[in-house]
Amino acid sequence: MRTIIFRTIAPYLSALMVLFSIFVLLRGHNEPGGGFIGGLIAASALAIFGIACGVASVRRAIVFHPMGVSGFGLFLSALAGLPSIFKAQAFMTSQWLDVHLFGVEIALSTPLFFDIGVYLVVVGAIGSIALALEEREVD
Amino acid sequence: MAGSSVSVDLSQAMITAPVALGDWLVVAPSLITILGGALCLMLRKNTDLQPKLGIGFLALLVVANLALLIRVLDQGVITMVMGSWLPPFGIAFTVDSLGVTLSLIGSIVAFCGGVFGAATVDSTGRRYGFYPFLLLLMTGVCGAFLTGDIFNLYVWFEVLLISSYGLLVLGNDRIQLDGAVKYGVLNLIGTNLFLIATGMLYGIFGTLNMADLAMKVAALENPASGTLATVAALYFLAFAMKAAAFPVNFWLPASYHTPNVVVSAVFAGLLTKVGVYALIRIFVLILPASRGYMADVIALVAIATLLTGAIGALAQSEVRRLLGYVVIAGIGSMLAGVAVGSTLAVSGAIFYAVHSIIVMTALYFAAGIMNMMGGSYDLRQLGGLYQKSAAFAAVFLVLGFAVSGLPPFSGFWPKVILVDAAFADGRAWLGAAILFSGFLTTLAMGRVWIFAFWRGGPEGTADGETVAVTGETGTQLSGAAVWLPLGILTALVVYFGLQPEWMLELSTQGASGIVEPLGYLRSVFGGQG
Repeated sequence: MRTIIFRTIAPYLSALMVLFSIFVLLRGHNEPGGGFIGGLIAASALAIFGIACGVASVRRAIVFHPMGVSGFGLFLSALAGLPSIFKAQAFMTSQWLDVHLFGVEIALSTPLFFDIGVYLVVVGAIGSIALALEEREVD
Repeated sequence: MAGSSVSVDLSQAMITAPVALGDWLVVAPSLITILGGALCLMLRKNTDLQPKLGIGFLALLVVANLALLIRVLDQGVITMVMGSWLPPFGIAFTVDSLGVTLSLIGSIVAFCGGVFGAATVDSTGRRYGFYPFLLLLMTGVCGAFLTGDIFNLYVWFEVLLISSYGLLVLGNDRIQLDGAVKYGVLNLIGTNLFLIATGMLYGIFGTLNMADLAMKVAALENPASGTLATVAALYFLAFAMKAAAFPVNFWLPASYHTPNVVVSAVFAGLLTKVGVYALIRIFVLILPASRGYMADVIALVAIATLLTGAIGALAQSEVRRLLGYVVIAGIGSMLAGVAVGSTLAVSGAIFYAVHSIIVMTALYFAAGIMNMMGGSYDLRQLGGLYQKSAAFAAVFLVLGFAVSGLPPFSGFWPKVILVDAAFADGRAWLGAAILFSGFLTTLAMGRVWIFAFWRGGPEGTADGETVAVTGETGTQLSGAAVWLPLGILTALVVYFGLQPEWMLELSTQGASGIVEPLGYLRSVFGGQG
């Protein structure tokens, strides 16, 4: 698999896939997409990068251990259910905050953070499985 | 029986009133453990910090469950709907005394497991996630006890199963993988049956909210219809598998002796009891008519389970496998309560579940300590432990008496209630089976005590002689982390034996709350009845 073409293309391809996964994640609230599918795309980006350039360079690139990433995602998702406590509403009731930034309306919401959490859980879990499998192959 | 005379105004359920801060206690147990588990997962490289964090969150869990119990006793059944989406469309957490009692006892056991794990799980086990798995297991267990929605119950089952797979293979021994495969395959089949039955139930009624289902089933003209009977049979098989009832019990003794003893202890205490809880919840609250015509089958299964467990325990010489069979015998007693189905019998089953959670965990802890002292789990190798610690020998005797149902310990009262209820229902055989199984369990536990504690040394030691026991005492045994959990649980066993009124009242309240579920239904849908 480690042809020169693949090794040259893989970093760009991975970067594009990660970018696309974030796009899918953010459009997910009202249109097809969301944290789970976005996370899968990002995890496959990690897998491709790992096949081309080795698992060690992937681990360097993502800085944190994949399981740590998914732990953080779980933490974030659980926290995203909490803000409704201040408005005397039930757990996980969505809260919205419209921010106007440079004339663009940005809708910040608790479901967004929940979705980001899901994204990170999927990236971490699937990514760590993929990297473990690729590591075995090298041995 | 369930809610036949209840008229609930659905339109009232459409009002969104402010949620009292105290009602957040409903989600607190799951939330605390999920946050704690995630935090431990992020910091799992720091093996010194792991036990402190894990035990801290488990202590917080006990406090939250205690507060929730106090609130439920004060205000009756509490419901919180996730995201303010109202039932029957949204997911509701509905907490009654049955759920919160088991959740509290379960969290105490998990806390003890966390403390015991600080002494027995090495840094490799910690790095591979003992505490995150334990906390997430408790997320599933507490969620299953507190939820008011059947599909949500399924999700919590999955959460606790996935965590339990992780705990089971922690350490990566060949024998552990073998045990995990048996455990995993059987549980996967059970979970699939559960899911199929849930799908069929949704197909019939268009709702999975437990309160809504209870009302709709009660309103049926023909509750013994074929489809509903299929659903009931599938649920019974699925939960019997989770609870390790005869004839789908073989996975338990095949897997519970393989992992670290603290993992076995927590599993023996909690996992089968979640299956029994689901059985009680679904058959008594939602499908009382199906329970009525399946009562004979359930009673037969209960008798077979009682006998298999007790006879299996007599035949084993490996302490942990022996205890696995004792767990199964206990499951038989709880099933007997479901078979009879009166308020008295169900309260006996609930009390027995509480007793079994505590005493089985304590016995596995004791088995772990026996291994540390005597260097083996095999009754043929063990011996002379009485000389090493007379106090420990006494504690083991207390636990052995309790699990056999002898007074004055916690196993006595639920057995009295169950036998009484069985005879009152005209099922003398069921009552006799409970008593006979208790007798055989007494023999099995007595055998352990005589061989491991009373006999002077390993097999072959002559009467009256003592042989120096070669065990790895010292390093591990010195800490309070080993004795404290066993002490707490034994104290509870003695307390519930000597002062049973509190738990009797709680389990009676829990039982009447699902046999006559008016309060449960009103909590979800409002209305004046």
